[in-house]
Amino acid sequence: MPRGEIHPAHRVESLSILNEDGELDRDLEPDIDDDLLRRMHRFMLLCRRFDERMLNLQRQGRIGTFGPVQGQEAAQIGAVACLDRRDWLVPSYRETCMALWRGTPMSGLLLYNAGYNEAGRIPDEQNDMPISIPVGTQMLHAVGIAYGITMRREGDAVLTCFGDGATSQGDFHEAMNFAAVFRSPVVFFCQNNQWAISVPRDKQTHAKTIAQKALAYGMRGIQVDGNDILAVYAATRDALQRARAERDPTLIECVTYRMSVHTTADDPTKYRTEEEVELWRKRDPIRRFQKYLMDKGLVSEDEIGDLDGQVQEEIAEAWSETQRLMKEYTDPLHMFEHIYGEMPPYLAEQRRELADALAARGREGGA
Amino acid sequence: MAERTMIEALNLAMHQEMERDERVLVMGEDVGVDGGIFRVTEGLLKQFGEERVIDSPLAESAILGVGLGMAVNGLRPICEIQFSGFAYLGFHHIESHIARMRWRSQGRHAVPLVARMPYGGGVRALEHHSESREVYYGHTPGLKMVIPSGPRNARALLVSAIRDEDPVIFFEPKMVYRAFREEVPDTEETEPIGKPKVVRFGQDLTLIAYGAMLHRTLAAADRLRDEDGVAPEVIDLQTIAPLDERSIQDSVRKTGRVVIVHEAPRSFGPAGELIARIVEKSFLYLEAPVARVTGYDVHFPYLAREQAYMPDESRILAAARRTLDF
Repeated sequence: MPRGEIHPAHRVESLSILNEDGELDRDLEPDIDDDLLRRMHRFMLLCRRFDERMLNLQRQGRIGTFGPVQGQEAAQIGAVACLDRRDWLVPSYRETCMALWRGTPMSGLLLYNAGYNEAGRIPDEQNDMPISIPVGTQMLHAVGIAYGITMRREGDAVLTCFGDGATSQGDFHEAMNFAAVFRSPVVFFCQNNQWAISVPRDKQTHAKTIAQKALAYGMRGIQVDGNDILAVYAATRDALQRARAERDPTLIECVTYRMSVHTTADDPTKYRTEEEVELWRKRDPIRRFQKYLMDKGLVSEDEIGDLDGQVQEEIAEAWSETQRLMKEYTDPLHMFEHIYGEMPPYLAEQRRELADALAARGREGGA
Repeated sequence: MAERTMIEALNLAMHQEMERDERVLVMGEDVGVDGGIFRVTEGLLKQFGEERVIDSPLAESAILGVGLGMAVNGLRPICEIQFSGFAYLGFHHIESHIARMRWRSQGRHAVPLVARMPYGGGVRALEHHSESREVYYGHTPGLKMVIPSGPRNARALLVSAIRDEDPVIFFEPKMVYRAFREEVPDTEETEPIGKPKVVRFGQDLTLIAYGAMLHRTLAAADRLRDEDGVAPEVIDLQTIAPLDERSIQDSVRKTGRVVIVHEAPRSFGPAGELIARIVEKSFLYLEAPVARVTGYDVHFPYLAREQAYMPDESRILAAARRTLDF
């Protein structure tokens, strides 16, 4: 066999529909009905404001550490808007917009971040997995969930989220390999936000794109402008269709930017320049989408102002509700719940022991 | 001598060991430009360059697996795992290779690797950021499992760990990281791995703790002295494994009463092992059942409940008084 070239089954695609100034490539414009467009816009705005409020609450010491999502609203809403109700979402830890879209109440997210395990239960009708903090580990779970779907001949699909850093983990590669071999209805949704804490994308992988990593597993890979909600929507919708119809998994790389800190414990001035952040500020996903909606006559500046007021009110109500629930959730003995299906006697004994210790602490006038 | 936090003390240990031995290098996530998320490796990149201070891609398995290769081939890697809760992605390399390579190669390949990991609760962190799983490593033959309690022994134990010919899992109690300063000499200081240290002498009761729990134990010991007029002996374990427990047996034989404190869950925890050794060798000296004050056998709760989970002064005090009154 002479020396030659081998061509993988797929090529790496790229997609951009709305440019930085919100100008549209009409040939590529996806057909999205007006109500859905308005809803997408509303959730982007809600999430931006909610994120700001969370940051504020964290700085006041009212809630604990969390990872802000600012700058990634188009990537998250563009993708999650393509999911059907029964589809599964397997997130990492920064999918705040997706959680809100799927139905997780803001108070649930706030309570979680204030440190109350009670808030960890996602409504039963919402097929979302809990957030996953160990980086890059959840994609394998998505493949297993997809296996259940195909074994029962259901037509649902699974969307799993992760970042650029996660693509360095072995689990990412194992998940893509299994998904392709099993013919899994999974969409691997990478939000390449350029930074894994302090490590930039080009130190994470020597490859030109993350999307191309799909080719090695016999999968499709596409790189989209992650701040262009129309491109994200179009790519995710296509990928989900192929997942359902052909059990064909896809890797989508959304090129976006983490505008804020990695988590509230992080100081980005140690590793990146304000010029770089400024460059990405000009590519803001919300303003770009608003220009498109205004050009279509779906929303006006005044309406955006009104909407902004509305979402801020909703957020204020959610925080009031959270504070009310925090007063209700006063029992630390809750930590013994949900360890096993049935509490073993030894654990019940420890539970009584903590109850006694708390009572003694109370008598001492301590915490 | 300078007053240093544990973070500064650990930083000093690495600075000096890297100056002393050019085989020593640091590898991990965000250890270079960022100086580590807790700033423990601050300034190392500037002084020693990218070849010896490696901002690795995000992969704990690779950090430990590649670290083994480095150690086998003449280098002395200090691998930083950002939080002990993320070590499980690389646990396979610890259990299957790092711990066993000396044995499997019949003495040809030692693995002089240090895996530094912040561990433990008390800093209002997220899930997977607060656990104490030292028993996973203490249970594994071939590994040394070390936990300092303050700036001075952190520095001295880390220097010993870096110079050790065997792999050392080095847990850093992040609740202590910036909690207080202590005199840490600029000149070299080491601390033997494997030896507990008597940090307060007494004859009525033996209190054993390590890591962040040592400080709550010392606070309880103060109250026992002031309120109960008893003289507790306090032992800082420093090493979980391999543990030379002779000084503990000596103390037990003197006091006859023992309370062991750790934030790790109770079942099959370090206290269980210590109690077994005490019962095996000093049973006839005991005046009371050995008590343990530990975390509960539950997942470390989210931050609103972490203080209810962790042993505190009042739980330690109650156990000590029960033991004294037995």
